[in-house]
Amino acid sequence: MSAAGVVVVGGGQAGFSVVQALRGAGYEGPVTVFADEPRLPYQRPPLSKKAHTEPEGLGVDLVPESFYRERDIDLRLGEYVAALDTAACAVTTGSGERVPYEHLVLATGARNRPLPVPGAELAGIHALRSLDDALTIGRALSTARDVVVVGGGFIGLELAQVARARGARVTVVELADRLLSRAVSPQLQEHLRERHERDGIRILTGTAVERIEGKGGQVHQVVTGQGPLPADLVVYGIGATPRDELAREAGLAVDDGVIVDEQLRSVSDPRVFAVGDCARHPHPHADGLIRLESVQNAMDQGALVGRRIAGGAAGPYESLPWFWSDQGPVKLQIAGLRASTDEVRVVPGDSDTLERLAAYAFRDERLVAVETLNWPAEHLAARRLLQQDPPVSPTDLAGSTLGALARARRTKEVRA
Amino acid sequence: MPIVIFELPDGTQRKVTADSGTVLMQAAVSNGVDGIVAECGGNASCATCHVYVDERHGELVGPPNDVEDEMLDFTAAERRPTSRLSCQVQVSDALDGLVVHIPEEQV
Repeated sequence: MSAAGVVVVGGGQAGFSVVQALRGAGYEGPVTVFADEPRLPYQRPPLSKKAHTEPEGLGVDLVPESFYRERDIDLRLGEYVAALDTAACAVTTGSGERVPYEHLVLATGARNRPLPVPGAELAGIHALRSLDDALTIGRALSTARDVVVVGGGFIGLELAQVARARGARVTVVELADRLLSRAVSPQLQEHLRERHERDGIRILTGTAVERIEGKGGQVHQVVTGQGPLPADLVVYGIGATPRDELAREAGLAVDDGVIVDEQLRSVSDPRVFAVGDCARHPHPHADGLIRLESVQNAMDQGALVGRRIAGGAAGPYESLPWFWSDQGPVKLQIAGLRASTDEVRVVPGDSDTLERLAAYAFRDERLVAVETLNWPAEHLAARRLLQQDPPVSPTDLAGSTLGALARARRTKEVRA
Repeated sequence: MPIVIFELPDGTQRKVTADSGTVLMQAAVSNGVDGIVAECGGNASCATCHVYVDERHGELVGPPNDVEDEMLDFTAAERRPTSRLSCQVQVSDALDGLVVHIPEEQV
């Protein structure tokens, strides 16, 4: 039997990042990746953002096939892991093959929460997670006239804008009283709503979907607490749950995600790591354990675990979290983690049009998170300054921007 | 199809074929060129696909757009006169033979 090496379960951004870092840091043992989709790992962010208006932007591989071949990475496309035996340090695949490991990395991602209403099984109702989903929605949009988007979060609003750009009449139905209620500060929620409404998207907040009705098996209307909405296409994005059942069935600690320590190791088994959407982890910017669903988190966690297994230098996981969402013409970017109690100050980036905005969140007189609209430079400055000492205080920012502050600090460093 | 040369910080060169109509970042990533991180996948959101266009070709490639221009102030490696975000450089036949230099760091 060949030596047991690293087995990675999952072929998304996190799993890819693990193997890239492993080989990049000089790991020479066997590396096997189980990717349950039958295609090379691909870029996920475009799926909801520009996919349906630019279909050629879909399905862009992260790296070509030769990358895996040249680095001797055994990429098992279309194969999944059915069970995990931590006592024997082996996984069992869907076809019954047992593969031993020295280190196991769970990068299984998350799955969409299903739409919990009668009629959800009708044709013409879709959620978005994979490339196939994006292609399906893209095709449906070429004929759809009345689109109902269930869920006013990142994905829902991105898809609403995409559908609108394709000429459909679009209604967003959100159960909470506000859009993006968990993702951005209340100060920006109203602003974003106005932007979407100005683009012709109808938004119903505080509204429940009660059932979906069809004709001949095809979706026909969505019945909400505010009455029926005609629909020939329904897309929903109402959150995701981590794919943590392999870990749970193997007896590892799981609570809405695989519980890991600051090294991203399972608290139950030092030979098992978890990274990306499926990992619940400590973070210096968070109170307690958090689980983040973002490309940045997937890539940075994967890279840290890859380097650690390869024996390279790797401290605790403390990457600054950042997110972005292209909601039609609005580029929303977030750096840092905000708490609901933070004091938020909103500053326009241009005085007349309010096309650009920044919302600065402070906790105990320190800047902890920055949300920007259409202001990537300010976002990048925020990412820099949120990781520097001394922290930015409200006084530092009075009458200034983070961009100006970062430039000034950089000049000072150069002089010093 | 145009050939583009990526020069790594250690001086080694990678010659790749770029598809007209795509962007320079994509040519680098799909050919596995090290040093182009492209965290955001080409959305002008992260500034981790920073390149220095060779000075001989600066005019051919042209200046950055407004958003890119601001973002270039915050790249990990220093900004130079021919700095561009490679996700914002459209590939065309006119770029055949283009040389770009990859900075020491992106993140």
